[in-house]
Order: sequence, then structure tokens, then C-alpha cells
Amino acid sequence: MRSLWDDREDTGGREQKPQRKAGPPAQRTQQRVRIVKKPMDPEALALRQKKKRKEWTRIIVTVVIASAFAFLFLMPILLTFTNSFMSPSEINANYGQVFASTDNGGKVFIAEKVNLKFLPDMVTFNQYVTVLFRSPAYLLKFWNSVFYVVPIVVFQLAVASLAAYGFARYYGKLKAGIFFAYIILMLMPYQVTLVPNYLVSSWLHILNTRWAIWLPGIFSPFAVYMLTKYMRRIPRSIYEAAEIDGADEWQIFSRICMPLCRSGLASIAILIFIDYWNMVEQPLILLSDKEMHPLSVFLSEINQGEISLAFAVAVIYMILPLLIFLYGEEYLIEGITYQGGIKE
Amino acid sequence: MKDRINRFLRKHTKPDKSIRRPNLKGTLGRKARRLREDLKGKSAREAALLALSRIRAFLEEGLDNGYHTSRHSRLSWLFILPSLAGVCLFFFLPFLVVIFYSFVNNPVQHRFVGFANYIRAAGNAAFLLAAGNTLKFTAISVPLAVLLSLGLAVMMDTKIPFRSAFRTAFLTPMMVPVASVILIWEVLFHYHGLANDLIGIFGAGPVDWMKSEYAPIVIATLFQWKNLGYNMILFMAGLASIPRDILEVARLESASSLQIFLLIKLRYLSSTIVFVTIMSVINSFKVFREIYLMTGNYPYDSLYMLQHFMNNTFNSLDYQKLSAAAILMSLIMIVIIAVMFKAENRISRDLEY
Repeated sequence: MRSLWDDREDTGGREQKPQRKAGPPAQRTQQRVRIVKKPMDPEALALRQKKKRKEWTRIIVTVVIASAFAFLFLMPILLTFTNSFMSPSEINANYGQVFASTDNGGKVFIAEKVNLKFLPDMVTFNQYVTVLFRSPAYLLKFWNSVFYVVPIVVFQLAVASLAAYGFARYYGKLKAGIFFAYIILMLMPYQVTLVPNYLVSSWLHILNTRWAIWLPGIFSPFAVYMLTKYMRRIPRSIYEAAEIDGADEWQIFSRICMPLCRSGLASIAILIFIDYWNMVEQPLILLSDKEMHPLSVFLSEINQGEISLAFAVAVIYMILPLLIFLYGEEYLIEGITYQGGIKE
Repeated sequence: MKDRINRFLRKHTKPDKSIRRPNLKGTLGRKARRLREDLKGKSAREAALLALSRIRAFLEEGLDNGYHTSRHSRLSWLFILPSLAGVCLFFFLPFLVVIFYSFVNNPVQHRFVGFANYIRAAGNAAFLLAAGNTLKFTAISVPLAVLLSLGLAVMMDTKIPFRSAFRTAFLTPMMVPVASVILIWEVLFHYHGLANDLIGIFGAGPVDWMKSEYAPIVIATLFQWKNLGYNMILFMAGLASIPRDILEVARLESASSLQIFLLIKLRYLSSTIVFVTIMSVINSFKVFREIYLMTGNYPYDSLYMLQHFMNNTFNSLDYQKLSAAAILMSLIMIVIIAVMFKAENRISRDLEY
């Protein structure tokens, strides 16, 4: 099987480098065209300098604008991060106005003004210690999030890679119709899809259990759509060659199609991960038991006295996606790019 | 092996057939005629057996008379089956039930009431408020998102230093869970917060952001913050796919860069613009997430979105109203998507890639 695309991948190594043209050096120098630098005429020189200056101003202006945007984009994240190291009293002093309710504002000093501070006066890790070791509620919700997201990512990809293979490998009118229905379904907002989901969950008596989140997530058409698009770009000749070699359908799928889709799978996994790591709508409607809510919903319900903890939890919550992002940025960009051009 | 290759060649040398529509009527007629000829002068028993085997063969061959054999075609359905079963169970079938519910008086009695539920849902003050707010939000923030991200993409398309670092910076907000940055957002837009300090410099009075008509601005900012990077990547991919030689020719013909942008790049980007617009519309419907995290189930009137309406209707278990509202929304979505696709077809009809 491997030999099928061997010659596509490493021809570079085996191919001979084109030999240098033999011949006495004297002959070659004769053939070379000699470039003579003419003194430039001053007007053209001035024009060229002007052009150069214009180019430089353009670059500087662009960089300044881009930096401003980048600063605006990163600021909330940085602020959350630095603020998570502030002690509770500092948080209260700075933001007491924002979060304090009237009844518990009496004891701590609350500034009239809200001070936005980038750096804490004193770095403390107490919040993290509390979140991680002393108060299990936060950690429990964090694990809730993980337990929802991981199976959804894994099984949605599994179901979708099978289906995408079926859609991408053979065409047919009925199949095209079903695929179109998948696209429409994918484009529907939650407000529409949650109603059917809720009905089925109540029929199957899985409302208020993890299955209510898992099952609709696993069968979401998003990954099917993405993977089908990805697989359609694999040249048909590869499948056909495998067919001649006597591979059956399952072998073609598992040994040829899947390895070729590896980067596509990674990028789609990232997109699914963000989507479900962030989910708010589904748990609110499908899970009435607050104990089962993921961290995304729970963070908004944190009570007023624990704002400094909330910052720490927020950081813990965003660290996982950020790590995935730093590690797989290229995959993410590839995935987004594939998502574009829905009509193909 | 030779046999297999021959079969393969027979199967695959006429790939065009796979595109042709299966001519069901013609195929059936031809088969029936041949069967009639074959049946002449045979005993009833033989004829029946032959006819049965022919029919079976026809069914096995399947209706797509392209170059795929029935075995393959059926196998591919087997691959699709798990997903199709799940999607049918969790989305398509219940959606049919939703349509049914939207026309009956209640889920127990099933008395047909026509469009009464739709009228009730559309006449509901909360629904109207929510739909109005959502549409207003979409109408303002989607064009803004498209324009801003297109600007960013064009900026990033030129030669500038630190390009990939900027790209990373623009894309980071997409990865950060909304719930994590909500705290900072509340600090920024508090009555005594930074945003009021900023507009104070220009002499504007302090605004109570979250509890006033200005609240959608806060959410719109958050929406842009979150979505610009994603849209920008789409536009950058679109820009990169414009054929280089066309740009080259335009430059040789001394077209200004503004002309190149307006007359060439924008037309080639039309399908990307459509896609970005559709995605932004969908994301603007999802903005409930941000609003809920900042303000809870009952926000200030100007922030009451369709999803709030849905949530609160879920709590009252009014299935009929819920179904009617869901179907109204899906119709609106389908109209939006269809219009966008039509417009895109119009624009890019004569483009060659």
C-alpha cells in the first residue's frame, strides 16, 4: 500500500540533481551578459526615493494599526491573567464597585472609582491553591466540561469520518440531497435545533443526564460536512489504485483515506472542541440540575464574595484552549479555511 | 488478477456516466422490452423464474446506473448509516414533530388549529421584542464584522513585519471561552469603568452601559472581538486564492491599488463575503451566550434576544408556541441563506478560476 504514494512524497531525495553544464570556464564567461551600472539620472533617483519613503510610511502605518488592534484583542485576556494573581482584598479595592452587592460591601474598603490595573501589587497564588485543592465545586465543574467535550470530539469525529467517506467516495442524487440537508441543519441556530433535541431527549428519558448533551453533540452534522469537503480533495486515482491492488472498501477507508485526512481531523477536532468547551445554550435547556452544568455556565453564577477566585477559575478554564491553540494554530487556520466556500 | 483489471477498466473508463442523470423511465422500458423478448416461447414456470431473477438483478444494480456497481453503492450507504440514523433521530424526525406540534392545539389532544400558533407566537410581545432586538443586532454587527475583518485581512495581505504574530493575536479571542473574559468585560463597561473614562475625555457623560439603550454596543464590541479573527482568516484564504496573473496584468495596465481592490479582488472574494456573512449571521444569533453570561435570564429590554425568549418558553413548557417560533426562525434563516447564495451566483457567474 505504501508504495502508492511513495513517489509523490520523496522524489526529492532520489531524483538526481541536474548536472552542471560541463565546459571550460572561459567559454562561460563569454556567454554571460555583463551588467553595467549606469549613473542614475537624478530625477528618477528622486522618484525612486520618494516611492521608497511612501512604502516605508505605509508599512509603519499598517504596523501601528495592527499593533493597536492586537493590543485591544489581547488586553482582556492579559488582564484576566494578571488579575488572577491579585489577592482578594486588592480585587475588592479595585473592582468592589462592580461586583459587590449592597449587603456584603460593608467590611472591605471599596474605592469610588474602578481601577483597572495591569499588574498586581503583590503576586499571590492563594486563589489557585483554593480553587485546586480547597473548594471542590470549581474543579468539579471543570471536570464536567472535560467529560462533556472529550467524548463529543472523539465520537463525532468517528461517526463523521465514516459518513464523510460514504459521501465523498460515491455520488448519487439521493446522497447529494441528504448532504444538502446536513448543510442546512448545520447552518441552523441553536434556537431552532434545540427544540427537536429537547423533544427527543424527553422521549428517551435522557433529559437531565449527560446523554442529553452527548448524543446530539456526537451526531452533529458539522464534522460530516467538513470532512466530506476534505476527503473530496483526495485524488480519486489513489482510491482506484488501491482498488486495483485488491483492497476492500474498509481497507481503503482505514488504511488510505484516514491517514491522508490526519491534518483535517486535527483541525476539525479543534473547531469542535472550542464549540463545545464554550457551550452555554444546551446545558441551560437540557440540564436542569445545576450540579451537572459545565464551567462555562457556572462561571457566571459565581457568588459575589469570590471574585478573586473567579479570576483564577477563568484562567484555568481558558488555559486548555489556549494551549491547544498555541500547539495547533496551523491546524486551526487550515480548518477555518476549509470551512469557507460552502458551495463547492 | 487480469480479470480484475479488466473489470476495473470496464467500470472506470466511462466516468462521465456518473454525472449523467439516471434515466429511470428509459431504463425500465428497455429492460421490460428485453424481458418480453426473452420470455417468448417459455413455460410459465420458467418465465416467472426468469422475470423474478431479472427484477432482482435490476434492484441489486440500483437506480444509479453510473459507473458504481451496486455493491459499492450499498457499501457507501453502510458508511453513512450511523450518522444518518443519529441525525434522523435527533434532528430530522423531531423536526417533523415540531412542524406537527406547531399546527395542533396541544401535544396531548392533537386538534388541528391551522396557523393559530404562529399568530399567537408572532403576536407575543416578548417574541416581537426578542425578534426585533436580534434583527437589529444582526443588521448592525454583521456588516460591521464583514467590513472590519475584510480591512484587517487586506492589511495582513501586504508585506508587513511580524505578520504571523499579528495573525495569532487576532485569532486568540476566538479560542478564549467567553465565560473567562466576562469578568474583565464587566469591569471595562461598569458605570465607573474604563469605557466611561474614555468617553469622558471627549466630553461625553458617563453611561450606565449594561442597563440602558447602549447595552447592545457593549455586546456588539464583544461580538466583534470574538469573531473578527475567524472572519479575517477566511478573507485571507480568499485573497490568497485570487489568481496571481490577473493581478499582475492589472498592475501592468497601471491600475491603481484601489481599482485592483474594488474591481478584481472584491469580485473574486464574493463567495467568501457570502460565507462570512452567513457565518456572522449565525454567530450573531448565538450572541445570547455573551448576554446570558453577563446579565442572566432577564436582561435589560434592549438585550432581550430570541434565545431568551426560547429559554423562558421552555420553562413554561408551551410546546406549540415554541414549535411555531422555531419554525418561523428556521424559515427566516433559510430565506437569508437562499438570498445570499442567489446574490453570490449573480456576482460570480462570469468568474474563472
